[in-house]
Amino acid sequence: MSAAPLLQVEHLSKSYGGVHAVQDVSFELHPGEMLALIGPNGAGKSTCFNMVGGQIPAGSGRVRIDGRDVSGLSPRQIWHLGVGRTFQVAQVFKSMTVRENVQTVFASRESGWGFLARAGQAHRAEAEAVLDLIGMADFADRPCADMAYGDVKRLELAMALANDPKLLLMDEPAAGMAPLERVELMGLTARIAKERQIGVLFTEHDMDVVFAHADRMMVLNRGRLIAEGRPEDVRQDPQVRAVYLGEGLVYDQAAAARRASA
Amino acid sequence: MALYIAQFLTGLANASSLFLAACGLSVIFGVTRIVNFAHGAFYMLGAYVAYSLTLRLEGVFGFWAGILLAAAIVAVLGAILEMLLLRRIYQAPELFQLLATFGVTLMVEDLVHIIWGPQDLVGPRAPGLEGAVPVFGLPVPTYDLLLIVLGPLVLGALWLLMHRTRWGVLVRAATQDRDMVAALGVNQKWLFTGVFTLGIFLAAFGGALQIPRTAVTHQMDLTIIAEVFVVVVIGGLGSITGAFLAAVLISELNAFGILVLPGISLVLMFLVMAVVLVIRPWGFLGKPIQTGVTTIGEATRPWRPWSNATAAAVAAAVLVAALLPLVLGSYGLSVGAQILIAVVFAMSLQFQMSTGGLDSFGHAAYFGLGAYGAALTVEWFDLPMELALLVGPLTGLVGALVFGWFCVRLSGVYFAMLTLAFAQITWSIAFQWVEVTGGDNGILGVWPADWASSPATFYWLTLAVAVVAVLALRHLVFSSFGYRLRAVRDSAVRAEAVGISRQRTQYVAFAISGTAAGLAGALFAFLKGSIFPDVLAIPTSIDALVMVLLGGVATVSGSVVGAIVYTMASIWLMSATDLSRLVLGGFIVFLVVAFPQGIVGSLSAFVAGPVERWRSGGRTERTIALPAEGSR
Repeated sequence: MSAAPLLQVEHLSKSYGGVHAVQDVSFELHPGEMLALIGPNGAGKSTCFNMVGGQIPAGSGRVRIDGRDVSGLSPRQIWHLGVGRTFQVAQVFKSMTVRENVQTVFASRESGWGFLARAGQAHRAEAEAVLDLIGMADFADRPCADMAYGDVKRLELAMALANDPKLLLMDEPAAGMAPLERVELMGLTARIAKERQIGVLFTEHDMDVVFAHADRMMVLNRGRLIAEGRPEDVRQDPQVRAVYLGEGLVYDQAAAARRASA
Repeated sequence: MALYIAQFLTGLANASSLFLAACGLSVIFGVTRIVNFAHGAFYMLGAYVAYSLTLRLEGVFGFWAGILLAAAIVAVLGAILEMLLLRRIYQAPELFQLLATFGVTLMVEDLVHIIWGPQDLVGPRAPGLEGAVPVFGLPVPTYDLLLIVLGPLVLGALWLLMHRTRWGVLVRAATQDRDMVAALGVNQKWLFTGVFTLGIFLAAFGGALQIPRTAVTHQMDLTIIAEVFVVVVIGGLGSITGAFLAAVLISELNAFGILVLPGISLVLMFLVMAVVLVIRPWGFLGKPIQTGVTTIGEATRPWRPWSNATAAAVAAAVLVAALLPLVLGSYGLSVGAQILIAVVFAMSLQFQMSTGGLDSFGHAAYFGLGAYGAALTVEWFDLPMELALLVGPLTGLVGALVFGWFCVRLSGVYFAMLTLAFAQITWSIAFQWVEVTGGDNGILGVWPADWASSPATFYWLTLAVAVVAVLALRHLVFSSFGYRLRAVRDSAVRAEAVGISRQRTQYVAFAISGTAAGLAGALFAFLKGSIFPDVLAIPTSIDALVMVLLGGVATVSGSVVGAIVYTMASIWLMSATDLSRLVLGGFIVFLVVAFPQGIVGSLSAFVAGPVERWRSGGRTERTIALPAEGSR
């Protein structure tokens, strides 16, 4: 693993009113590395993600990409630094065909007004190359609105890859997909990430996916990082087990009964 | 000093009736998410009914009973409207709700005409309050003082209603989360009807209270609705207190603006609204609202440039149009030119709406600016038509750049209301600034250059312009810019995340659209040879919207067909009946109720099922996502 981190997150925090959604989160991500961010619902994963991607301004703390402080930058500017992302609920351009979706991403990189070019003809080969990469070449002319959700999610990945990103942010990339599709999508992502030395930060609820593909993982609970490390180590971490299996705080009676019997 | 105090008091009195109308609109929006365009019509109806009642009922008691009874009668009419019409369109896109309630406004205008006749009516003065009270030596009407007290009283009563009654609590809860209130077992239907009735009661009450102060006229509805829109936008949609603050602010601005800038006091209102919206995009006390259902989205199939066959058909149609001067007389050609101008105008709006997803309710502004720009070039600088035809689009462009800068910061219903408010402000400038625009008398003698003065050459000129404009706008739809614009419309979040700026892209689209509308307006000025403020009025904006809807909002250039059909139909309608507004209003309401997803959307939903079955040979049970279900 190379020495210079691709993504550095330092003491990131965000509060909504009195709720500390994310508190003092710090981590690093290196090129070619798959880093999973897991945690129960409401742990602050998406907030964390949206702060890195620029969708939500950071409350405090710092995010560096390639050493550059990106705090306060818009999603657009962060994209231009070479960051691609997918959303928890897939966001694509539904009125277009699959190929046009990717072509639009290329069109967004053109300078100038873009009044003259016939966008339907431009970037065709490049778009098809990206679609080929994720195995969607056959879908190129399909209207997006007709596609199954799993394919829409794959298209999102294609759009993110079209930017030739250094960093991929994937918020629950496999949510809503069939089990087999999940395995394929994450396998594909992992392969591309390794080949192109892309750093991938992803959140996921499906632990099979996480343990199969993450090089490293972090566990977030109530806005705080409670564990970080290799998947095998995290799996053994008592705090993580407590978070996921419950430590009985909610079920007071059960806990009391256990204490009584102990 | 005394003058200022007197003006201040007049302003407060105006604020009270403005507040009554505005808070009704705000309350209705808060719960039902409908911007009730017909609010102004009910305000006007309140005044008319009160006029008739107070003539019959006498004395102090009779007068006030007449006012309250008028408000109650109109409120019942409102309830009936809610049950018959609005219940059918709560799920429809915002644009359709605005359009349907505008259709009601048109119908009410003609009904008022039938019942009360065309003349302005002067109602009785309030018994016992006819006189004036001297304030620092200047007489202030006693009735104004009553209104000043009444405004805060109504505000207080509403506050009590909303905070101290079970019904009020439900209304406030529904304003925050309708679904949750429904899940708690509250009967939504009656809650909505109740809220709508209350809102209409307040509007009609505000209108009825005006009769001792001003004449009852047919223009009351559109005059008040523009001000009401400004007030609720500044105050924050859904906020009663915000409406009160904004009503006071706007009324005082008007009262003092007349002293400072007698000609164009309304510009002040515009400036204040602009400043407020830049600082607080959701108004004084408003909260960001979720963007509602947009007109297009999943209903749209991927757009394609014309195939060779289509292009050939279009070329043939243009050729036929070019040969028309051989058959048509001068009247026919002037109708033809008018249709072609409508084509450019409708297409300019369609670019903004269909490709950009920006449902403008004030497209008349840019058409009118183009017309005035061209007319003033000829009238004031004595420049030739060729130059005026360049100045027209440029005026439209400048207007779009100024107004668009504010509008694209907002979206959905705020966007629609703001565009409408800007159009109304442009209208009032044309109307009030008599020295420059000639006011109501308009600008006369805007004739084409000699070479284009024959009906045939002018027709060919408009045809050439229309063809170029439509092709250019179509080209833009399929350019890189057009893809970015559609991307922003489909998913702003995704667009921003792939490096496309929503605001900048939409701003440019708004400017392009305004330029094209200005071009249409400039041609219009030369076609008519004169120009009057009503080209800037709300009906012009509505014409364009209906043309786009008729042609299909989910198409690239269906509005061309929409413009041809609609312009011919309305020219015929004008000659066939005196009640054209009643017919047109009824038609708009029918259009919205019958095709709540837009004509193309509804038709494709209707056709998609059978087509799909036919394609699959009836073998599979698979159903495709119909636009009717998917566009929520």
